[in-house]
Amino acid sequence: MAHSRFIKDTGLTARMTLVMFLLGLLFVALIVILMGAAAQSGYGGLVPIIGIAGLGIAWFQWYNSDTMALKAMRARIVTPDEAPELHGMIDRLCALADMPKPRVAIAYTDLPNAFATGRSPERAAVCVTTGILDRLTAEEVEAVLAHELSHVAHRDVLVMTMAASAGIIAGMLMHGARFGAFFGGRRNNNGGAPFWLIALVVSLVVYAISFFLTRLLSRYRELSADRAGAYLTQKPSALASALTKLTGDIAAIPNKDLRASQSMNAFFITPAISGANLKTLSSTHPSLEQRIEQLAKVSAELGRPMDGGFPSPGIGQ
Amino acid sequence: MSFWDSLMGRRKPVKANLDALFALPSAAITLQTAAGFAPTGNGSVCYRQAEGAAFAQTQTDVVELLNADEGPDVEKSVDQYGFTWLVTRQDPTDMAALVTDLHAVNTTLEAQGFGPGLLCSLVGFTDPSGRRLGLVYLYKQGTFYPFAPVDAQRRDNVLEVQIRDLIKNDLPVESQLNRWMPVWGAPGL
Repeated sequence: MAHSRFIKDTGLTARMTLVMFLLGLLFVALIVILMGAAAQSGYGGLVPIIGIAGLGIAWFQWYNSDTMALKAMRARIVTPDEAPELHGMIDRLCALADMPKPRVAIAYTDLPNAFATGRSPERAAVCVTTGILDRLTAEEVEAVLAHELSHVAHRDVLVMTMAASAGIIAGMLMHGARFGAFFGGRRNNNGGAPFWLIALVVSLVVYAISFFLTRLLSRYRELSADRAGAYLTQKPSALASALTKLTGDIAAIPNKDLRASQSMNAFFITPAISGANLKTLSSTHPSLEQRIEQLAKVSAELGRPMDGGFPSPGIGQ
Repeated sequence: MSFWDSLMGRRKPVKANLDALFALPSAAITLQTAAGFAPTGNGSVCYRQAEGAAFAQTQTDVVELLNADEGPDVEKSVDQYGFTWLVTRQDPTDMAALVTDLHAVNTTLEAQGFGPGLLCSLVGFTDPSGRRLGLVYLYKQGTFYPFAPVDAQRRDNVLEVQIRDLIKNDLPVESQLNRWMPVWGAPGL
């Protein structure tokens, strides 16, 4: 009896599964290759220690994600008395989504931005900047909050930390292998390449692959949060207009120094793949066009008449 | 939400639970006999208006359906949070008719796929000294809680807890107090 307007995006799910599978494969490959190389050159005991230390760092990042992110943005937790409208909005959205209410923080900066952080939905915090509150209407702020609440519900901090753990370990190994290079390492007897060289090359490659894969995964998760947020507020166009405003604002302010950009043009890399360049491959958020296109799909789905409610001529018995 | 759904970044909208509404008439009798609170005959449904033609059509259908009887017409208003309230009025002694109205709004919205947009329903009560009380139904929880506003931003928590203890045998009452959200200035209260 109950109909749902929520359609699964199988394409997005499939791509996300593939990326997560590849990240898992990368992690396993890193460990296996290092174990093999280490066993050959007599450093067998070292690899598990590095692996465990890397996972420990990933765990620490995940566990303290809320305090670290809020501190980095200089955000302050606000009470319902200090920001009644913001709290009222989040109260209602959480009741609508049936999720625990996160802590609410405001960062006093003119940069328009919003983010969600925290190791679990119970310990999450949602932060908006004063810049975003000044620029957006109440409806658009709500759309942005729904997007951030979707990140909380999807446990994005946990998933992204897990996804990045191979990269974190590879990064540690690069540092470790550099020391190995400086100190010359122990001479191995069987004439193969020294362990530190293998470790350096392998971790470099793993780090590079992991960098692009996690960025790709991050873009997919942004699209997921857009979708879920739009279904929550039932107003995809409010999110679309908020994104247009924010991206337009940020895009209009140049980041590069006038003098620096002149000389940088010489180093500009033109990739072989058309439509993709280094910037789109390494960005954490999908392009505005991609996001608006997806929101338009959700909007069409919400406006579609359903069977039963509207008599369609010619089909009745 | 399941582990797999969070891994895949999917969040299915939570469906509304409509059935507990029919327990309201018996709770109304309890409130009248034990606390002196009589129904005002006003009830309201609060929901999120979706964009697009399908929702506008559904909403028009609901309003027409409720206006078809001889009673007063339905009032529609939008609050400052962007939620729509439909207020329906019935004879204060006929709680069953009020509940039927509320249920009709819910089932119509749900049949058209807008069930996830339902936020709460509210039934108003008042006592001889003029105190107001609303029983709020949370769709996503399927539970009720009392809401007793004193003035614009203050609520009578003592009264609310008393009411909770009175009606807990008639209705599923929300056990987590942090879900007892105020609905300041709710139409129909």
